[in-house]
Amino acid sequence: MLEINNLHVKLEEEDKVILKGVDLSIQSGSVHAIMGPNGSGKSTLSYVLSGRGGYEVTDGSAQLEGQEILGMDPEERAAAGLFLAFQYPVEIPGVGNMTFLRTAVNAQRKARGDEEMSSTEFLKVIRAKAKDLKIDADMLKRPVNVGFSGGEKKRNEILQMAMLEPKMCILDETDSGLDVDAMKLVAEGVNALRDAGRSFLVITHYQRLLDHIKPDVVHIMADGRIVKTGGADLALEVENNGYADILAEVA
Amino acid sequence: MSALKQRKLDATQARLAGLEMPTGPGAWISTARADAMARLRTMGLPSRHDEYWKYTRPETLVQDHPVPAAVFQYDEAPMFDAVDRLRIVFVDGVFDPEASDDLTLEGVEIERLASASRSDVHPVGTLYGKLETTGQTPVERPLATLNTAIATDGVLVRVTQTPSRPINLIYRHLDVNSDVYLHHVIKVETGASVTLLESGPAAARFNKVMEVDVADDAMFHHVRTQGRDHERRAATHLFARLGTRSVFKSFTLTVNGVLTRNETVLELTGDDAVAHLAGACVGDGDFHHDDTVFVTHDAVNCESRQVFKKVLRNGATGVFQGKILVRDGAQKTDGYQISQALLLDGDSQFMAKPELEIYADDVACSHGSTSGAIDEEALFYLRSRGVPESQAQDLLVLAFLAEAIDEIEHQAIGDEILDRLTGWLKRHRG
Repeated sequence: MLEINNLHVKLEEEDKVILKGVDLSIQSGSVHAIMGPNGSGKSTLSYVLSGRGGYEVTDGSAQLEGQEILGMDPEERAAAGLFLAFQYPVEIPGVGNMTFLRTAVNAQRKARGDEEMSSTEFLKVIRAKAKDLKIDADMLKRPVNVGFSGGEKKRNEILQMAMLEPKMCILDETDSGLDVDAMKLVAEGVNALRDAGRSFLVITHYQRLLDHIKPDVVHIMADGRIVKTGGADLALEVENNGYADILAEVA
Repeated sequence: MSALKQRKLDATQARLAGLEMPTGPGAWISTARADAMARLRTMGLPSRHDEYWKYTRPETLVQDHPVPAAVFQYDEAPMFDAVDRLRIVFVDGVFDPEASDDLTLEGVEIERLASASRSDVHPVGTLYGKLETTGQTPVERPLATLNTAIATDGVLVRVTQTPSRPINLIYRHLDVNSDVYLHHVIKVETGASVTLLESGPAAARFNKVMEVDVADDAMFHHVRTQGRDHERRAATHLFARLGTRSVFKSFTLTVNGVLTRNETVLELTGDDAVAHLAGACVGDGDFHHDDTVFVTHDAVNCESRQVFKKVLRNGATGVFQGKILVRDGAQKTDGYQISQALLLDGDSQFMAKPELEIYADDVACSHGSTSGAIDEEALFYLRSRGVPESQAQDLLVLAFLAEAIDEIEHQAIGDEILDRLTGWLKRHRG
């Protein structure tokens, strides 16, 4: 599904290298997790993959289903099936959540040459999906993320994911700022989307999210590289011993 | 007298000397015109040295001939076409009975200024120039006085009940050299209410005054659209007095225009009155738009709200000069003012001068003014969900304008304004 090879990235504005040769291969239908200490480059990886400005790729490639994505506009990547659940979802005053979602769904359909969703059909689908995530009608009507609590924002991200039905979902610290109940709700939303044709890359500091979203593969990232890869057990090891031991071991 | 003032008055004399004073229809208008002419000779026409003309050059509005303006060819349905309304059409400033609807409408009396009753106690005509005169203090508005002195056409409207349809003043522009002075007087009687729409490009140079007297418990809703003609120059004045528990709501959409100066002067004279003023404008390139507002609170427990939003690109210029004056004794005043510009590039500029002057001690007044670029974070967020950049930008621009558009009372009209703006944005990308 996603093949990242030798990815090197620096900040556009300054000579700071963040990613120093990331290699990652995610098969269709699998869930990978990336853990790592602060400043290891986890979030940068998610931003670079989704096409956010401010970064410069100096080497390497990233292919989604065989298609090179690093030269694409963010909207093209989205239409190709990539989705990033933001660590800090953006508030957009004046744009209704529903309008936003319908515009996004139909823009992607249009880009793929599919027919646009009628408003009746859209309403039917979104109501059902919102209900599963305990998102009420009021939240759908309000401006995007404005006045939403931390938990509401994250649930709204998962709702967008459910509506857009991407192939490759990247979750950037989706557990940050969530209490246990909210985390369960979000994890259930993610698990409901697990599918043979859909892959996940879950970025997190803590193992607890991985109790709810069980990963097939866990990677440890440090100083801009993947330094260790293992099974779900690796996350437990981090939880018990911290990163220091692992980092010392690979150093 | 200073040399500067003397030069200004000499220039004004020279400009007025060439004018032919109109006559009729009644004694009330002759008196008002003569009075306006006398006032104009002592105040002088605006010059760039005036405090309130610092950001907008008045020369082309003052000079004896208009700068010619090409007639704009529209490629879309006329504004408000879907609204069931009474149309009053002016072609280059002259009332066109053929193009207009029958002026009879229950609950309202409409007369053309040029042929109004000669009666010396005309119920509306005797208000001609009155609010314009009181609106000169403390800030002079000489272009409005010039209008009072020489306007020959317009409407006198007396609203006695609540007419079933809005009234739409439609301004057509056919002559590239037209220089138009229109003067409307509207009196909304106690308990009555009316919706007034204005649309159309009007003239090469358009000077318009509207005086609105809103009596106790009356309501006046106003929606105006200016554009899409590019070459027009316009100076408009809206003067209003608000009685007890009256409601006044006015929204203006401005698209394109080399030079537009919209002045609004409101006086809240009755307790518990509500005044909402809003404006949305979009300009690309050779565009200069100036909103100059003066709201005076002279009664207890009144609310005034000003929401002005400007979207500017390719060197377009926006100006906002807005003042709230709370007089001694106008307690429990709730005054709000926001003026914001969205600059879509580094070439455009916005100049704002918000002012508060408060002489009462129990009031809540707030004002804010900002100018900024498109929120890059929001743009990326939308694009990351698959919304193409141009569409995402349009969504954010419309979101920025939403607070002003939300002031429009009628949903269908608000939706039409949004459609027009969406169309404009599509035509002005990149």
